[in-house]
Amino acid sequence: MHFSRQAAIVGVHEHETRWAPDKTDFQLAAESARAALADAGLTLKDVDGYFVAGVSGMAPALMCEHLNIRPKVVDSTSIGGTSFLAHAAHAASAIATGRCEVALITYGSTAASRGVAVGTGGRAGYEIPEQYELPYGLTTVAAYALCAQRHMHEFGTTSEQLAEIAVTFRRHASLNPHAKYREPITVEDVLASRMISSPLHLLDCCIISDGAGAVVMTSAARARDCAKPPVWLLGAGETVFHPEAGKRDFMRMAASQTGPIALGQAGVRLEDIDLCMIYDSFTITVLMTLENLGFCKIGEGGAFVSGGRLALDGELPTNTDGGGLSSNHPGMRGIFLIIEATRQLRGECGPRQVPNCRLALAHGTGGTLGTRHGGVTLILGRD
Amino acid sequence: MSEWRKPVPRVDAESKPFWEACRRHELYLQRCRACQEFYYYPRNTCPYCLGSDVEWVRLSGRGTVYTFTVTYQHGGEGFRDEVPFVIAYVELEGTGGVKMLTNVVECDPAQVRIGMPVEVTFRDVNDELAIPVFRPRGE
Ligand SMILES: [Zn+2]
Repeated sequence: MHFSRQAAIVGVHEHETRWAPDKTDFQLAAESARAALADAGLTLKDVDGYFVAGVSGMAPALMCEHLNIRPKVVDSTSIGGTSFLAHAAHAASAIATGRCEVALITYGSTAASRGVAVGTGGRAGYEIPEQYELPYGLTTVAAYALCAQRHMHEFGTTSEQLAEIAVTFRRHASLNPHAKYREPITVEDVLASRMISSPLHLLDCCIISDGAGAVVMTSAARARDCAKPPVWLLGAGETVFHPEAGKRDFMRMAASQTGPIALGQAGVRLEDIDLCMIYDSFTITVLMTLENLGFCKIGEGGAFVSGGRLALDGELPTNTDGGGLSSNHPGMRGIFLIIEATRQLRGECGPRQVPNCRLALAHGTGGTLGTRHGGVTLILGRD
Repeated sequence: MSEWRKPVPRVDAESKPFWEACRRHELYLQRCRACQEFYYYPRNTCPYCLGSDVEWVRLSGRGTVYTFTVTYQHGGEGFRDEVPFVIAYVELEGTGGVKMLTNVVECDPAQVRIGMPVEVTFRDVNDELAIPVFRPRGE
Protein backbone atom coordinates (compact mmCIF):
# COMPACT_ATOMS: atom_id res chain seq x y z
CA MET A 1 0.00 0.00 0.00
CA HIS A 2 1.19 3.50 -0.78
CA PHE A 3 0.30 6.17 1.71
CA SER A 4 0.46 8.53 -1.28
CA ARG A 5 0.00 11.67 0.74
CA GLN A 6 -3.05 10.49 2.65
CA ALA A 7 -1.66 11.42 6.07
CA ALA A 8 0.47 14.35 7.11
CA ILE A 9 2.34 15.56 10.16
CA VAL A 10 0.85 18.98 10.88
CA GLY A 11 1.98 19.74 14.42
CA VAL A 12 5.16 19.00 16.38
CA HIS A 13 6.73 20.09 19.61
CA GLU A 14 9.92 19.12 21.35
CA HIS A 15 9.84 20.18 24.99
CA GLU A 16 12.66 22.60 25.77
CA THR A 17 13.45 20.95 29.11
CA ARG A 18 16.34 18.60 29.73
CA TRP A 19 15.96 18.66 33.52
CA ALA A 20 12.52 18.86 35.13
CA PRO A 21 12.61 17.59 38.72
CA ASP A 22 9.54 19.70 39.53
CA LYS A 23 7.34 18.09 36.86
CA THR A 24 5.82 14.66 36.19
CA ASP A 25 6.15 12.55 33.05
CA PHE A 26 2.44 13.09 32.35
CA GLN A 27 2.76 16.86 32.77
CA LEU A 28 5.65 17.02 30.29
CA ALA A 29 3.60 14.98 27.79
CA ALA A 30 0.53 17.19 28.27
CA GLU A 31 2.54 20.40 27.86
CA SER A 32 4.02 18.97 24.66
CA ALA A 33 0.56 17.98 23.38
CA ARG A 34 -0.71 21.51 24.00
CA ALA A 35 2.18 23.04 22.06
CA ALA A 36 2.02 20.54 19.16
CA LEU A 37 -1.75 21.10 18.74
CA ALA A 38 -1.17 24.86 18.78
CA ASP A 39 1.56 24.38 16.16
CA ALA A 40 -1.03 22.63 13.98
CA GLY A 41 -3.77 25.16 14.67
CA LEU A 42 -5.88 22.41 16.23
CA THR A 43 -7.24 21.82 19.73
CA LEU A 44 -7.60 18.88 22.08
CA LYS A 45 -11.25 18.55 20.98
CA ASP A 46 -10.08 17.66 17.47
CA VAL A 47 -8.06 14.64 18.66
CA ASP A 48 -9.73 11.31 17.86
CA GLY A 49 -6.67 9.04 17.73
CA TYR A 50 -4.11 8.65 20.52
CA PHE A 51 -0.74 6.90 20.53
CA VAL A 52 1.64 6.51 23.47
CA ALA A 53 4.68 4.61 24.70
CA GLY A 54 6.90 4.95 27.74
CA VAL A 55 3.97 4.71 30.14
CA SER A 56 3.64 1.40 31.98
CA GLY A 57 0.45 -0.55 32.56
CA MET A 58 -2.71 0.38 30.65
CA ALA A 59 -0.92 3.29 28.97
CA PRO A 60 -3.60 4.68 26.61
CA ALA A 61 -6.23 4.61 29.36
CA LEU A 62 -3.94 6.32 31.84
CA MET A 63 -2.88 9.04 29.43
CA CYS A 64 -6.34 9.56 27.93
CA GLU A 65 -7.59 10.01 31.48
CA HIS A 66 -4.87 12.57 32.14
CA LEU A 67 -5.63 14.46 28.92
CA ASN A 68 -9.37 13.85 29.38
CA ILE A 69 -10.01 12.56 25.85
CA ARG A 70 -12.01 9.61 24.45
CA PRO A 71 -10.41 8.84 21.07
CA LYS A 72 -11.68 6.36 18.46
CA VAL A 73 -8.28 4.73 17.96
CA VAL A 74 -5.65 3.99 20.63
CA ASP A 75 -2.29 2.26 20.28
CA SER A 76 0.54 1.67 22.73
CA THR A 77 2.81 -0.47 20.56
CA SER A 78 5.93 -0.82 22.66
CA ILE A 79 9.11 -1.84 20.82
CA GLY A 80 11.61 0.29 22.68
CA GLY A 81 12.65 3.85 21.93
CA THR A 82 11.54 3.58 18.31
CA SER A 83 7.90 2.96 19.32
CA PHE A 84 6.80 6.48 18.29
CA LEU A 85 7.87 5.89 14.70
CA ALA A 86 5.64 2.82 14.66
CA HIS A 87 2.86 4.99 16.09
CA ALA A 88 3.26 7.46 13.21
CA ALA A 89 2.95 4.59 10.73
CA HIS A 90 -0.10 3.18 12.52
CA ALA A 91 -1.66 6.63 12.76
CA ALA A 92 -1.20 7.11 9.00
CA SER A 93 -2.98 3.80 8.35
CA ALA A 94 -5.80 4.71 10.74
CA ILE A 95 -6.19 8.11 9.06
CA ALA A 96 -6.01 6.62 5.55
CA THR A 97 -8.77 4.15 6.36
CA GLY A 98 -10.93 6.78 8.06
CA ARG A 99 -10.77 5.24 11.54
CA CYS A 100 -9.60 8.56 12.92
CA GLU A 101 -8.87 12.01 11.56
CA VAL A 102 -6.56 13.75 14.03
CA ALA A 103 -3.94 11.59 15.72
CA LEU A 104 -1.87 12.70 18.71
CA ILE A 105 1.38 10.97 19.70
CA THR A 106 2.95 11.92 23.04
CA TYR A 107 5.98 11.14 25.17
CA GLY A 108 7.25 12.52 28.47
CA SER A 109 10.01 11.33 30.79
CA THR A 110 11.89 12.54 33.83
CA ALA A 111 14.49 9.75 33.60
CA ALA A 112 17.41 12.05 34.44
CA SER A 113 15.95 13.88 37.41
CA ARG A 114 14.70 10.57 38.85
CA GLY A 115 18.24 9.17 38.52
CA VAL A 116 17.44 6.26 36.21
CA ALA A 117 20.61 4.46 35.01
CA VAL A 118 19.18 3.84 31.55
CA GLY A 119 22.17 2.03 30.08
CA THR A 120 24.03 0.50 32.99
CA GLY A 121 21.47 -0.28 35.68
CA GLY A 122 20.37 -3.76 36.61
CA ARG A 123 17.15 -4.54 34.77
CA ALA A 124 13.97 -5.11 36.73
CA GLY A 125 11.81 -6.95 34.19
CA TYR A 126 11.81 -10.71 33.94
CA GLU A 127 10.46 -11.98 30.65
CA ILE A 128 10.97 -15.65 29.73
CA PRO A 129 14.17 -15.17 27.63
CA GLU A 130 15.70 -12.97 30.32
CA GLN A 131 16.38 -15.93 32.60
CA TYR A 132 19.19 -16.71 30.13
CA GLU A 133 20.49 -13.12 30.14
CA LEU A 134 20.07 -11.39 33.50
CA PRO A 135 22.32 -13.80 35.47
CA TYR A 136 25.18 -12.71 33.19
CA GLY A 137 24.79 -8.99 33.88
CA LEU A 138 23.83 -7.92 30.37
CA THR A 139 23.26 -4.14 30.37
CA THR A 140 21.93 -2.09 27.47
CA VAL A 141 25.40 -0.73 26.76
CA ALA A 142 26.91 -4.22 26.89
CA ALA A 143 24.36 -5.56 24.43
CA TYR A 144 25.32 -2.92 21.86
CA ALA A 145 29.00 -3.35 22.69
CA LEU A 146 28.77 -7.04 21.73
CA CYS A 147 27.79 -5.95 18.20
CA ALA A 148 30.46 -3.23 18.10
CA GLN A 149 33.20 -5.71 19.06
CA ARG A 150 32.10 -8.17 16.39
CA HIS A 151 31.93 -5.38 13.81
CA MET A 152 35.51 -4.37 14.60
CA HIS A 153 36.62 -8.00 14.37
CA GLU A 154 34.92 -8.75 11.05
CA PHE A 155 35.51 -5.47 9.26
CA GLY A 156 38.35 -3.63 11.01
CA THR A 157 36.11 -0.80 12.17
CA THR A 158 37.97 1.49 14.58
CA SER A 159 37.14 3.43 17.74
CA GLU A 160 38.25 6.57 15.88
CA GLN A 161 35.58 6.00 13.24
CA LEU A 162 32.90 5.52 15.89
CA ALA A 163 34.17 8.62 17.70
CA GLU A 164 33.73 10.80 14.63
CA ILE A 165 29.97 10.17 14.84
CA ALA A 166 29.87 11.55 18.40
CA VAL A 167 32.07 14.50 17.44
CA THR A 168 29.84 15.39 14.46
CA PHE A 169 26.61 15.25 16.43
CA ARG A 170 28.15 17.38 19.19
CA ARG A 171 28.98 20.01 16.58
CA HIS A 172 25.31 19.91 15.50
CA ALA A 173 24.24 20.23 19.15
CA SER A 174 26.32 23.41 19.46
CA LEU A 175 23.83 24.94 16.98
CA ASN A 176 20.80 23.75 18.96
CA PRO A 177 20.03 26.12 21.86
CA HIS A 178 18.09 23.40 23.72
CA ALA A 179 20.74 20.65 23.47
CA LYS A 180 22.00 19.39 26.83
CA TYR A 181 25.68 19.26 25.79
CA ARG A 182 26.90 21.96 23.40
CA GLU A 183 30.67 22.21 24.02
CA PRO A 184 32.60 20.79 21.05
CA ILE A 185 34.51 17.53 21.58
CA THR A 186 37.30 15.85 19.64
CA VAL A 187 37.98 12.26 18.61
CA GLU A 188 40.69 12.25 21.30
CA ASP A 189 38.11 13.29 23.91
CA VAL A 190 35.91 10.34 22.99
CA LEU A 191 38.80 7.88 23.12
CA ALA A 192 40.00 9.32 26.44
CA SER A 193 36.56 9.09 28.05
CA ARG A 194 36.22 6.12 30.39
CA MET A 195 35.36 2.72 29.00
CA ILE A 196 31.81 1.68 29.92
CA SER A 197 31.64 -1.66 28.12
CA SER A 198 34.40 -2.29 25.60
CA PRO A 199 34.72 -1.06 22.91
CA LEU A 200 32.18 1.65 23.86
CA HIS A 201 33.46 4.66 25.81
CA LEU A 202 31.31 7.07 27.79
CA LEU A 203 31.14 9.47 24.83
CA ASP A 204 30.05 6.63 22.51
CA CYS A 205 26.88 6.42 24.64
CA CYS A 206 23.77 8.58 24.50
CA ILE A 207 23.26 10.98 27.36
CA ILE A 208 20.51 10.74 29.97
CA SER A 209 18.14 13.73 30.14
CA ASP A 210 14.57 14.54 30.91
CA GLY A 211 12.46 15.36 27.90
CA ALA A 212 9.16 15.21 26.10
CA GLY A 213 7.54 15.69 22.74
CA ALA A 214 4.34 15.43 20.77
CA VAL A 215 3.33 14.94 17.15
CA VAL A 216 -0.04 15.66 15.51
CA MET A 217 -1.06 13.95 12.26
CA THR A 218 -4.15 14.35 10.12
CA SER A 219 -5.74 13.62 6.75
CA ALA A 220 -4.85 15.37 3.50
CA ALA A 221 -8.19 17.18 3.51
CA ARG A 222 -7.83 18.41 7.08
CA ALA A 223 -4.13 19.28 6.60
CA ARG A 224 -5.08 22.04 4.16
CA ASP A 225 -6.69 23.99 7.01
CA CYS A 226 -3.79 23.62 9.42
CA ALA A 227 -1.45 26.40 10.44
CA LYS A 228 1.77 24.90 9.05
CA PRO A 229 2.55 23.26 5.70
CA PRO A 230 2.04 19.46 5.78
CA VAL A 231 4.90 16.99 6.08
CA TRP A 232 3.75 13.80 4.39
CA LEU A 233 4.39 10.31 5.68
CA LEU A 234 5.36 8.75 2.35
CA GLY A 235 6.49 5.32 3.46
CA ALA A 236 6.99 3.18 6.56
CA GLY A 237 8.49 -0.16 7.48
CA GLU A 238 8.55 -1.82 10.90
CA THR A 239 9.72 -5.09 12.39
CA VAL A 240 11.44 -6.70 15.36
CA PHE A 241 14.73 -8.59 15.19
CA HIS A 242 15.91 -11.04 17.88
CA PRO A 243 18.53 -13.77 18.37
CA GLU A 244 16.69 -16.14 15.98
CA ALA A 245 16.93 -19.16 18.25
CA GLY A 246 20.68 -18.66 18.56
CA LYS A 247 21.54 -18.37 14.87
CA ARG A 248 21.25 -14.67 14.10
CA ASP A 249 23.92 -12.83 12.13
CA PHE A 250 24.44 -9.99 14.59
CA MET A 251 25.64 -7.63 11.87
CA ARG A 252 22.12 -7.59 10.40
CA MET A 253 19.53 -5.41 12.07
CA ALA A 254 15.88 -4.55 11.58
CA ALA A 255 16.83 -1.62 9.33
CA SER A 256 17.88 -4.06 6.59
CA GLN A 257 14.25 -5.13 6.30
CA THR A 258 12.38 -1.91 7.09
CA GLY A 259 14.50 0.47 4.98
CA PRO A 260 13.74 -1.07 1.57
CA ILE A 261 10.04 -1.43 2.47
CA ALA A 262 9.72 2.23 3.46
CA LEU A 263 11.67 3.48 0.44
CA GLY A 264 9.64 1.26 -1.86
CA GLN A 265 6.36 2.59 -0.51
CA ALA A 266 7.55 6.15 -0.94
CA GLY A 267 8.89 5.40 -4.40
CA VAL A 268 12.22 7.07 -3.64
CA ARG A 269 15.86 5.97 -3.48
CA LEU A 270 18.52 6.48 -0.82
CA GLU A 271 20.27 8.94 -3.17
CA ASP A 272 17.20 11.19 -2.93
CA ILE A 273 17.41 11.59 0.87
CA ASP A 274 18.41 15.08 2.05
CA LEU A 275 18.43 14.39 5.81
CA CYS A 276 18.81 11.32 8.01
CA MET A 277 17.52 11.12 11.57
CA ILE A 278 19.03 7.93 13.00
CA TYR A 279 18.42 6.68 16.54
CA ASP A 280 21.85 7.16 18.12
CA SER A 281 21.64 5.21 21.35
CA PHE A 282 25.33 4.55 20.76
CA THR A 283 27.78 5.47 18.00
CA ILE A 284 27.73 1.88 16.74
CA THR A 285 23.94 2.08 16.32
CA VAL A 286 24.34 4.87 13.76
CA LEU A 287 27.12 3.13 11.85
CA MET A 288 25.28 -0.18 11.63
CA THR A 289 21.93 1.45 10.83
CA LEU A 290 23.42 3.31 7.85
CA GLU A 291 24.91 0.03 6.60
CA ASN A 292 21.71 -1.91 7.10
CA LEU A 293 19.62 0.76 5.37
CA GLY A 294 21.94 0.32 2.39
CA PHE A 295 23.79 3.65 2.34
CA CYS A 296 26.92 1.50 2.16
CA LYS A 297 27.69 -2.22 2.27
CA ILE A 298 27.68 -4.03 5.59
CA GLY A 299 31.23 -3.68 6.88
CA GLU A 300 31.92 -0.38 5.10
CA GLY A 301 30.24 1.85 7.68
CA GLY A 302 33.52 2.90 9.29
CA ALA A 303 34.76 4.48 6.09
CA PHE A 304 31.29 5.82 5.29
CA VAL A 305 30.95 7.88 8.48
CA SER A 306 34.50 9.28 8.13
CA GLY A 307 35.51 12.55 6.53
CA GLY A 308 32.54 14.54 7.73
CA ARG A 309 29.90 12.82 5.60
CA LEU A 310 27.26 13.04 8.36
CA ALA A 311 27.93 16.71 9.14
CA LEU A 312 25.50 19.52 8.37
CA ASP A 313 27.65 20.49 5.39
CA GLY A 314 28.43 16.89 4.43
CA GLU A 315 26.89 14.59 1.82
CA LEU A 316 24.36 13.10 4.22
CA PRO A 317 23.45 15.48 7.06
CA THR A 318 22.42 13.30 10.00
CA ASN A 319 21.01 14.07 13.46
CA THR A 320 21.12 17.83 12.98
CA ASP A 321 19.66 18.40 16.48
CA GLY A 322 22.67 16.77 18.13
CA GLY A 323 20.92 13.44 18.60
CA GLY A 324 20.74 11.35 21.72
CA LEU A 325 24.50 11.57 21.98
CA SER A 326 24.34 15.32 22.76
CA SER A 327 20.85 16.87 22.71
CA ASN A 328 18.45 14.71 24.71
CA HIS A 329 17.75 11.08 25.58
CA PRO A 330 15.12 10.53 28.26
CA GLY A 331 15.14 6.74 27.73
CA MET A 332 13.17 6.70 24.47
CA ARG A 333 14.10 9.11 21.70
CA GLY A 334 12.05 8.03 18.67
CA ILE A 335 9.61 10.92 18.81
CA PHE A 336 12.45 13.45 18.50
CA LEU A 337 13.53 11.92 15.18
CA ILE A 338 10.09 12.72 13.75
CA ILE A 339 10.04 16.22 15.26
CA GLU A 340 13.48 17.29 13.97
CA ALA A 341 12.80 15.79 10.51
CA THR A 342 9.50 17.70 10.33
CA ARG A 343 11.08 20.97 11.38
CA GLN A 344 13.91 20.52 8.86
CA LEU A 345 11.41 19.80 6.08
CA ARG A 346 9.51 22.96 7.04
CA GLY A 347 12.76 24.96 7.03
CA GLU A 348 12.44 26.01 10.67
CA CYS A 349 15.88 25.01 11.94
CA GLY A 350 17.79 28.30 11.76
CA PRO A 351 21.57 27.90 11.99
CA ARG A 352 21.32 24.11 11.73
CA GLN A 353 18.95 24.12 8.74
CA VAL A 354 19.78 21.71 5.91
CA PRO A 355 19.43 23.84 2.75
CA ASN A 356 16.46 22.91 0.56
CA CYS A 357 15.55 19.87 2.66
CA ARG A 358 12.79 18.04 0.76
CA LEU A 359 13.03 14.39 1.76
CA ALA A 360 14.00 12.90 5.12
CA LEU A 361 14.58 9.37 6.35
CA ALA A 362 14.06 8.61 10.04
CA HIS A 363 15.07 5.26 11.48
CA GLY A 364 14.61 4.21 15.06
CA THR A 365 16.18 1.23 16.81
CA GLY A 366 14.65 0.36 20.17
CA GLY A 367 15.52 -2.28 22.72
CA THR A 368 19.01 -3.73 22.40
CA LEU A 369 20.95 -4.63 19.28
CA GLY A 370 22.66 -7.60 20.91
CA THR A 371 19.40 -9.30 21.92
CA ARG A 372 16.03 -8.09 20.61
CA HIS A 373 15.21 -4.77 19.03
CA GLY A 374 12.40 -2.99 17.25
CA GLY A 375 13.20 -1.11 14.06
CA VAL A 376 11.06 1.39 12.16
CA THR A 377 11.91 3.43 9.06
CA LEU A 378 9.84 6.43 8.00
CA ILE A 379 10.17 8.45 4.81
CA LEU A 380 8.92 12.00 5.24
CA GLY A 381 8.56 14.66 2.56
CA ARG A 382 7.22 18.15 2.02
CA ASP A 383 5.15 19.41 -0.90
CA MET B 1 29.44 -21.78 48.38
CA SER B 2 29.52 -17.98 48.63
CA GLU B 3 26.26 -16.10 48.67
CA TRP B 4 24.80 -15.53 45.17
CA ARG B 5 23.77 -11.89 44.82
CA LYS B 6 23.13 -11.70 41.08
CA PRO B 7 19.70 -12.29 39.49
CA VAL B 8 18.60 -15.92 39.71
CA PRO B 9 16.95 -17.58 36.69
CA ARG B 10 13.21 -17.83 37.13
CA VAL B 11 12.76 -21.48 36.18
CA ASP B 12 9.57 -22.29 34.25
CA ALA B 13 7.93 -25.37 32.75
CA GLU B 14 9.91 -25.10 29.52
CA SER B 15 13.30 -24.24 31.03
CA LYS B 16 13.22 -26.79 33.87
CA PRO B 17 15.14 -29.59 32.07
CA PHE B 18 17.84 -27.13 30.99
CA TRP B 19 18.38 -25.84 34.51
CA GLU B 20 18.17 -29.33 36.03
CA ALA B 21 20.98 -30.43 33.71
CA CYS B 22 22.99 -27.38 34.72
CA ARG B 23 22.55 -28.33 38.37
CA ARG B 24 24.28 -31.65 37.45
CA HIS B 25 26.94 -29.56 35.63
CA GLU B 26 25.84 -30.78 32.21
CA LEU B 27 24.93 -28.62 29.24
CA TYR B 28 21.89 -29.74 27.25
CA LEU B 29 20.20 -28.12 24.27
CA GLN B 30 17.02 -29.00 22.43
CA ARG B 31 16.94 -30.26 18.84
CA CYS B 32 13.87 -30.74 16.66
CA ARG B 33 13.61 -34.29 15.38
CA ALA B 34 11.78 -33.11 12.26
CA CYS B 35 14.03 -30.15 11.37
CA GLN B 36 17.22 -31.56 12.91
CA GLU B 37 17.99 -28.00 14.08
CA PHE B 38 19.45 -27.16 17.46
CA TYR B 39 18.12 -24.00 19.07
CA TYR B 40 18.52 -21.80 22.14
CA TYR B 41 16.89 -20.64 24.40
CA PRO B 42 14.89 -23.75 25.39
CA ARG B 43 11.24 -24.02 24.36
CA ASN B 44 8.94 -26.99 23.79
CA THR B 45 7.73 -25.94 20.35
CA CYS B 46 10.38 -25.91 17.64
CA PRO B 47 11.12 -22.32 16.49
CA TYR B 48 11.44 -23.58 12.91
CA CYS B 49 8.28 -25.71 12.51
CA LEU B 50 6.29 -25.19 15.74
CA GLY B 51 6.30 -28.96 16.20
CA SER B 52 6.52 -30.61 19.62
CA ASP B 53 8.76 -33.50 18.59
CA VAL B 54 11.88 -32.10 20.20
CA GLU B 55 14.64 -33.89 22.13
CA TRP B 56 17.24 -32.91 24.69
CA VAL B 57 20.84 -33.53 23.59
CA ARG B 58 23.92 -33.28 25.77
CA LEU B 59 26.61 -31.01 24.31
CA SER B 60 30.38 -31.38 24.57
CA GLY B 61 30.46 -28.09 26.41
CA ARG B 62 33.16 -26.77 24.09
CA GLY B 63 32.76 -23.60 22.10
CA THR B 64 34.44 -20.51 20.73
CA VAL B 65 33.93 -16.85 21.58
CA TYR B 66 31.75 -15.26 18.85
CA THR B 67 31.88 -11.80 20.41
CA PHE B 68 32.44 -10.29 23.85
CA THR B 69 32.52 -7.07 25.85
CA VAL B 70 34.42 -6.18 29.00
CA THR B 71 31.95 -4.36 31.23
CA TYR B 72 33.47 -1.68 33.47
CA GLN B 73 30.29 -0.07 34.79
CA HIS B 74 27.33 -1.94 36.24
CA GLY B 75 24.80 -0.76 38.80
CA GLY B 76 23.33 -4.20 39.52
CA GLU B 77 23.63 -6.09 42.77
CA GLY B 78 26.33 -8.75 42.53
CA PHE B 79 27.92 -7.18 39.43
CA ARG B 80 28.87 -3.80 40.86
CA ASP B 81 31.79 -5.25 42.82
CA GLU B 82 32.86 -7.66 40.08
CA VAL B 83 33.75 -5.18 37.33
CA PRO B 84 35.52 -5.49 35.00
CA PHE B 85 33.94 -8.75 33.86
CA VAL B 86 33.36 -10.38 30.48
CA ILE B 87 29.97 -10.87 28.79
CA ALA B 88 30.14 -12.95 25.62
CA TYR B 89 28.28 -14.87 22.99
CA VAL B 90 29.83 -18.34 22.74
CA GLU B 91 29.22 -20.45 19.65
CA LEU B 92 28.50 -23.98 20.87
CA GLU B 93 30.34 -26.91 19.27
CA GLY B 94 28.16 -29.45 17.46
CA THR B 95 25.05 -27.27 17.26
CA GLY B 96 25.32 -25.86 13.75
CA GLY B 97 26.28 -22.44 15.02
CA VAL B 98 24.01 -21.78 17.99
CA LYS B 99 25.30 -18.87 20.09
CA MET B 100 24.66 -18.56 23.81
CA LEU B 101 24.96 -15.44 25.96
CA THR B 102 27.27 -16.10 28.92
CA ASN B 103 30.26 -14.90 30.93
CA VAL B 104 33.87 -15.83 30.21
CA VAL B 105 35.59 -16.48 33.54
CA GLU B 106 38.84 -17.70 35.06
CA CYS B 107 40.99 -15.45 32.91
CA ASP B 108 42.18 -11.86 32.66
CA PRO B 109 39.50 -9.94 30.70
CA ALA B 110 42.32 -8.45 28.60
CA GLN B 111 43.14 -11.95 27.29
CA VAL B 112 39.70 -12.63 25.82
CA ARG B 113 39.58 -12.68 22.01
CA ILE B 114 36.96 -13.49 19.38
CA GLY B 115 37.59 -17.06 18.21
CA MET B 116 39.11 -18.07 21.55
CA PRO B 117 38.41 -21.72 22.44
CA VAL B 118 36.38 -22.06 25.64
CA GLU B 119 34.63 -24.78 27.63
CA VAL B 120 31.64 -24.76 29.92
CA THR B 121 31.97 -24.64 33.68
CA PHE B 122 29.29 -23.95 36.26
CA ARG B 123 28.70 -21.49 39.06
CA ASP B 124 26.55 -22.98 41.81
CA VAL B 125 23.83 -20.61 42.99
CA ASN B 126 22.48 -23.01 45.62
CA ASP B 127 21.66 -26.73 45.85
CA GLU B 128 18.98 -26.34 43.18
CA LEU B 129 20.61 -24.11 40.59
CA ALA B 130 23.87 -23.64 38.69
CA ILE B 131 24.70 -21.13 35.94
CA PRO B 132 26.70 -22.22 32.88
CA VAL B 133 29.69 -19.97 32.15
CA PHE B 134 32.78 -20.54 30.02
CA ARG B 135 36.53 -20.57 30.64
CA PRO B 136 39.52 -20.79 28.28
CA ARG B 137 40.55 -24.27 27.06
CA GLY B 138 43.50 -25.54 25.01
CA GLU B 139 43.01 -25.82 21.22
ZN1 LIG C 1 11.16 -28.26 13.80
